[in-house]
Amino acid sequence: MKTSMTRRKFLKGSLAASGLTIVAYVTPLGTKLVSAAGEAGAAEGFKPSAFFQITPDNVIKVMVPNSEMGQGVRTALPMIIADELEADWDQLEILQAPAADEFKNPILRNQLTVASASVRGFYAPLRQAGAAGRAMLLEAAAKEWNVPVSQCQAEKGTIVNLKSGKKLTYGQLSLKAAKLPVPQAPTLKKESEFRYMGKSMPRVDIPEKVSGKAVFGSDIDLPDMHYAVLARPPAYGAKHLSFDEKAAMAVKGVKKVVPTPRGIAVVAETLHAAMKGKEAVNVKWDKGTHPQMDTASVEENFIKDLEKPGANVVTRGDVQKALGDAQKTYEATYYIPCVSHATMETQTATADVRADRCDVYVPTQGQTLNHMVATKVSGLPPEKVHIHTTFLGCGFGRRARPDQTIEAIIASKAVGKPVKVVYTREEDLQTDFFRSAMAHRIKAGLDNRNQLVVWDHKVSSSSLLRMNAGKEPKDGIDWYCLWGLWDTPKGPNKARMTYGFPNFSVNLVLSDLPIPVAPWRSVQNAVNAFATESFMDEMAHLAGKDPLSFRLESLTHDMRASRALKTVALNSNWGMPLPKGWGRGVAQHRSFGTTIAEVAEVSVDAKSGAIQVHRVDVAVDCGPVVNPDPLEAQIQGAVTMGVSTTLFEEVQFANGGVATANFDDYRLVRMSEAPEVHVHVVKSNEDIGGIGEPGIMPLAPAVANAVFNATGARVRRMPLTPERVLAAMKKA
Amino acid sequence: MISLTVNGKNYNVDAPKDMSLLWVLRDHLKLFGTKFSCGIGECGSCTVLIEGEAKRSCEVAAGDAEGAEITTIEGLPENHPVKRAWIQEQVVQCGYCQPGVMMQVVGLLAQNKNPNAQDIIDAMDDLICRCGTYQRMKKGIETAIQIMRKEGTVA
Repeated sequence: MKTSMTRRKFLKGSLAASGLTIVAYVTPLGTKLVSAAGEAGAAEGFKPSAFFQITPDNVIKVMVPNSEMGQGVRTALPMIIADELEADWDQLEILQAPAADEFKNPILRNQLTVASASVRGFYAPLRQAGAAGRAMLLEAAAKEWNVPVSQCQAEKGTIVNLKSGKKLTYGQLSLKAAKLPVPQAPTLKKESEFRYMGKSMPRVDIPEKVSGKAVFGSDIDLPDMHYAVLARPPAYGAKHLSFDEKAAMAVKGVKKVVPTPRGIAVVAETLHAAMKGKEAVNVKWDKGTHPQMDTASVEENFIKDLEKPGANVVTRGDVQKALGDAQKTYEATYYIPCVSHATMETQTATADVRADRCDVYVPTQGQTLNHMVATKVSGLPPEKVHIHTTFLGCGFGRRARPDQTIEAIIASKAVGKPVKVVYTREEDLQTDFFRSAMAHRIKAGLDNRNQLVVWDHKVSSSSLLRMNAGKEPKDGIDWYCLWGLWDTPKGPNKARMTYGFPNFSVNLVLSDLPIPVAPWRSVQNAVNAFATESFMDEMAHLAGKDPLSFRLESLTHDMRASRALKTVALNSNWGMPLPKGWGRGVAQHRSFGTTIAEVAEVSVDAKSGAIQVHRVDVAVDCGPVVNPDPLEAQIQGAVTMGVSTTLFEEVQFANGGVATANFDDYRLVRMSEAPEVHVHVVKSNEDIGGIGEPGIMPLAPAVANAVFNATGARVRRMPLTPERVLAAMKKA
Repeated sequence: MISLTVNGKNYNVDAPKDMSLLWVLRDHLKLFGTKFSCGIGECGSCTVLIEGEAKRSCEVAAGDAEGAEITTIEGLPENHPVKRAWIQEQVVQCGYCQPGVMMQVVGLLAQNKNPNAQDIIDAMDDLICRCGTYQRMKKGIETAIQIMRKEGTVA
């Protein structure tokens, strides 16, 4: 097995057209499979969405449409093909796909690595494509030997003649197989026949990352490449009043000063010169559109928005009547501030714009969007624009944005050279599209059996759709804000609250603050889960019931969520005694087709209020598992990142802009704070779900609930800093 | 002109002496394994060995590293116990911070062949991995120690 991402091979990528190539065209009516020979005859309008090629020299080239950012997609997707094809893993050559329509994710209809959608989007079509290839190779061998197909068997890259014991390799059969018709409903393997899926396969990207040779976006190095760094507006909406172009140009090596939509770019022959030029350019900015805005006013704004009626998203039953009839009612308000993606690799892109061609080298999650903007900004026709995806130094949604690409193309056009845009950490934090802050107010009521019968939920958020796509949400309902509470009726992300309350309503108020927001590992799922699952705990307490069995009462219709909760209870010592100052908390959530329940075990220092998360047990039900070890790694990472946002992270604002500057004032979790994580996979026949994001959802409420269990203190405002914990302990 | 010894090779670099070692390594010597992330010594992605000791290359002026033996991730043999342990334990996610992390581990194990849990935390708590691979880093360190012990090698 080889991968394509060494520097030497990086520029290669296209598949030569010989041998057996299978294309899977995914349509709403199902998957249509064609071989390369028949491709020209494919019905118009069909889009190929996945393919591999077996060449006569017995190499199987597999294109991976998705971006590798540590989640293991570059291993998982080839595993699916290799398994159904019954290939030898060592004969695979794994290539990063270019930006092209045929690589759009069937669920997202976009070439985009988000929404934990890679494996769940490509699982079915890749299995079909692999199985079709295997059937064609079997038939080609049967013809070659003039024996019935039943006398042939596929075995690790060869077809074996069961009677004679003769063997032909896939490479030897590839040209003949390519001439055969493609079966449209090939027989898939049974689970018991899987050679690769369900067993841990070492990730193909790890050796080059460990060697230090892996090429990330920031490592791109082209002949005569120049560098651009940007002076950024200090406040939202700030326009530049003046800048000292002369002083910047006086710095040795500086070639150009050029304004871009999000800052003034200084382009130079070396990075050092560009940075010196940025110091010299001395941009004067106006005060921007919201000069009074600061951390406190942002919070106040979201809380005040809860008084507005908002848009009704869903109403079931009669909420007002049920609240009136309830034996006990209760209300609580939660606030979750903005957090930053804080990818370890700062934002970067390299563009090489020529008269007749534009190449962009970028660590992106969004090839389709990058291709669109690169076409627009370069002014070249789409077929002359090439997006090359490098490794990504973290993604988490930040790298679905194309702003770095726009800046690199403008700078490259300005100097007529390839230009790499490099963000400093300060710029990266200052210009981030944050996870939106949110306020939640929930009212609920218990009946005379202390069962939860009514839930009235109001939420305020920035609009991700407006800030991200420039679109005004229809009827004031922005679904991106709502995942985890409610979802579109046919939404592919299956992110509705799992509880079946008979009376239920959700109202959404969209804020008009200028803070740019974007999806952030889970979109708003994790934020919504903090409010709902903290509140479930508060209601359990009001009902005088165990928080876990109280949840099960409202999940009688949802065996999947119940099973996850029971699994995590069994494995986490739920209900067993703990020392003083220690506590356990539980939470569960469904998103991206996956159900997760977590139990956090914490201790709280009575003097300082500091929380230590010692252990987190995670029950995961994501349907079939392709590669178990990276699944565990994704859960470990998501839980650890969850600890970071729960205990530490908050973006600070001042004077209408971002006040947070670097990692010295934006605290991220470190080794001593990372808990033990125990992952328990629930064997399940459900449809395949995503795994990159769901692990983070229940973590914050599980920790907040554990803190309550340990101390009686309820903290409703993230992050759960020692000061907030101490203040809540005084009230308890 | 700065004269540097990196991974056993001597280089003369036409760069200002106050330029950080990180940018000299990356942009002049094209050793891209050493990464930029915070630029203020908070995260450790740029960690290299200077005279065997783990240092944040973003905080070292290249001129101050003249005459010293500098080792980057590229200078660590592919069969180095830490590299092998990192593959065996599948520590890496996105991988961006890991060259710095591994150099920090090599620096630790060079000074202390048998670190206890607290020694490891003391050495590693100055680093940031946003993917959250800390649990596997701990396993990776244990495995590297075992390999070194078994083979009688040193970091």
